[in-house]
Amino acid sequence: MCAKPVKPDPKDTVGTTGHVWDGIEELNNPLPRWWVWVFYLCIIFAIGYGIAYPAWPLIHGATPGLLGASTRADVAADIKRFDDANAPMKAKLVAADLAAIDNDPALKQFATSAGAAVFRTNCAQCHGSGAGGVKGKGYPNLLDNDWLWGGSLDAIHTTVTHGIRNTTDPDARLSEMPKFGTDELLTKDQIAQAVEFVLQISGQDHDAALAASGQQVFTDNCAACHGDQGKGNRDLGAPNLTDAIWLYGGDRATITTTVTKARYGVMPAWGFAPKGSTPRLTEDQIRAVAVYVHSLGGGE
Amino acid sequence: MSESHPPQPLYAAREPIFPRRVKGTFRTLKWWIMGFTLGIYYLTPWIRWDRGPNLPDQAVLVDIASRRFFFFMIEIWPHEFYFVAGLLIMAGLGLFLFTSAAGRVWCGYACPQTVWTDLYILVERWIEGDRNARVRLHRQAWNLEKARKRAVKWTVWLLIGLATGGAWVFYFTDAPQLLRDLIAGTAHPAAYITIGILTATTFVFGGFAREQICIYACPWPRIQSAMMDEDTITIGYRDWRGEPRGKQSVATSGDCIDCMACVNVCPMGIDIRDGQQLACITCGLCIDACNDTMTKIGKPLNLISYLALTDETLERAGKPPKSIWSHVFRPRTVVYTVLWGGVGIGLIVALFLRSNIDVSVTPVRNPTHVVLSDGAIRNSYNLRLRNKHGEDRWFTFSATADATFVLGLEGAPGLRVLVPANQTKEQRLYITAAADTPGALANRTTVRLWITDQDGPDVPRAERVARDTVFNGKDD
Repeated sequence: MCAKPVKPDPKDTVGTTGHVWDGIEELNNPLPRWWVWVFYLCIIFAIGYGIAYPAWPLIHGATPGLLGASTRADVAADIKRFDDANAPMKAKLVAADLAAIDNDPALKQFATSAGAAVFRTNCAQCHGSGAGGVKGKGYPNLLDNDWLWGGSLDAIHTTVTHGIRNTTDPDARLSEMPKFGTDELLTKDQIAQAVEFVLQISGQDHDAALAASGQQVFTDNCAACHGDQGKGNRDLGAPNLTDAIWLYGGDRATITTTVTKARYGVMPAWGFAPKGSTPRLTEDQIRAVAVYVHSLGGGE
Repeated sequence: MSESHPPQPLYAAREPIFPRRVKGTFRTLKWWIMGFTLGIYYLTPWIRWDRGPNLPDQAVLVDIASRRFFFFMIEIWPHEFYFVAGLLIMAGLGLFLFTSAAGRVWCGYACPQTVWTDLYILVERWIEGDRNARVRLHRQAWNLEKARKRAVKWTVWLLIGLATGGAWVFYFTDAPQLLRDLIAGTAHPAAYITIGILTATTFVFGGFAREQICIYACPWPRIQSAMMDEDTITIGYRDWRGEPRGKQSVATSGDCIDCMACVNVCPMGIDIRDGQQLACITCGLCIDACNDTMTKIGKPLNLISYLALTDETLERAGKPPKSIWSHVFRPRTVVYTVLWGGVGIGLIVALFLRSNIDVSVTPVRNPTHVVLSDGAIRNSYNLRLRNKHGEDRWFTFSATADATFVLGLEGAPGLRVLVPANQTKEQRLYITAAADTPGALANRTTVRLWITDQDGPDVPRAERVARDTVFNGKDD
């Protein structure tokens, strides 16, 4: 907008640095004094920082710094701070009557949140991060209303504490399905008959004649655990064979394999450890994860 | 590159600026705007606004602890942050609009840096005298009088800084209570630290850094260059009228008598006669100063005035300037105005469409569905129920869909849950389709979930919101 420059062209007074880009020259203006001071102060600060804090890389690690700052120690302190803050709630959870947790919303909230973390760390490997189990592989779905060993808070708590069919905990839940085919307890024909009966009581397509003779095979060999009606028995962890939920699959071929070779799952004892070692989970963690699993929709 | 120049020093000290007092239209306007903006800033936290028993009664409150923003009758929750984003977009577009139409009016009149620097210069003039006295004081050696004046000036500056930092913290918590706590020494350390930092920045920026903030620190002058064009109104010197400057007794002289009034009043320390430049904040004080001189010597006013480049070209060629409206109404400013208004209307509509109850539905997709022992299929949904009322409310649930579904709530018998006043509650909802019903057999069914808010357990519905979600049936 300036048609007639009054001041002399700065190129003639301060000169240029000699740098030219696309015809644009860089004036050699001096820096503002305060800027230079700030620059020197930054250098001094950097030296001080390098002395006070871990800064200079060595072969193993770095110089520790005079103030002893350590992010690892900070994390440890943070964890301890949260542990200390949670300690009263954990104590309350361990002392609480499991059935009464529902009446204490704050405790329930704490247990559910803590239990979710425990679950994701320890249980999700088999039961899935959403607790949906693995269909057809024998890892039970914990969201449905079908429970092998019981779905009450107490039953879940016991299962988590002692586990199932493990060799570490003498109190582990225990039962074992015989290998009816492999151990030649039943002939192939008998197995085929029993399978037709199971298909019948679970409301699937079946051969009525075979199923009729299979009923006797079932009563003699299977009913001891699965019950006369095939409704299962939670004391023995024997699944209900009449419902829509199958651990390994409910079709003819899968049931035949299951009867022939037998199938059952194993779960570690989370609250028990042999002498000289500590359990994987503490009592408050077990209670928390039991409350969490109980709250997923299938709890009884 | 071949000419040789004297070697430059590595750095240069700031040239001190001693703006002279000036009277005139734009100075008066600046006083009014200063009073208005500072008044808003200092007084707003003290306005009360009754919202009922469970909510704060401060009209403007940024409640970070409970994550609420209160602005008179409006209450913004964290999930409604788009209102704040919308306001920021409007502020940006408004700045674009003003800049493309009238240049750096924000810088010259409303920017906090300008307003507080103006206030600090006012204090400086009040204690140390006008320009000439301040130049003398600056040059003289330290003595008792200089020390006294500087001490008084800095004390007043510090007190203003303290009031500035003090006013800021009142926006974030109940102002009367915080003032009592601050005086009693029981307020949160964050309040004292914030006040300390803002006192220091106000003191340094307004007292010492001043124009350097605009020239070196602020990005806005650079950004504005991209928004101005030849129709943008900036400050211009009519050099074709003023030059050659000099004594009026010399016949060849132009109207400019080189009295330096425009330079002496400039808070940025520039000479507007060099042309429009980066440091100019278009505050108009040089116009007031020059018009004062023109009146005294009996010449036409507006040797320096608000002027667009197109008018300068026209006037130089002896033609009349364009009308002010043709500068302001251009496609560019119209587009900015339409965008600005569009966002504004959108925000107002959104504000009135808000409901006092709200829900967000997150379907649980791990797993997508659960088969129950009787063959029924169940889906889970995580709900966030929000009760924006000032009292507790019961929420009830229902669903409409092409298939038959049964609803259930985790841990809440009946389809009713209490959401405390002004709070968010997380709740899991189950939707179940009985075995072999259409919902269970279809891969996906759209479900409209209705949440109804009741004043009490048995009072008929007050308010209802709906959210569409999806039910997943059998996947095999």
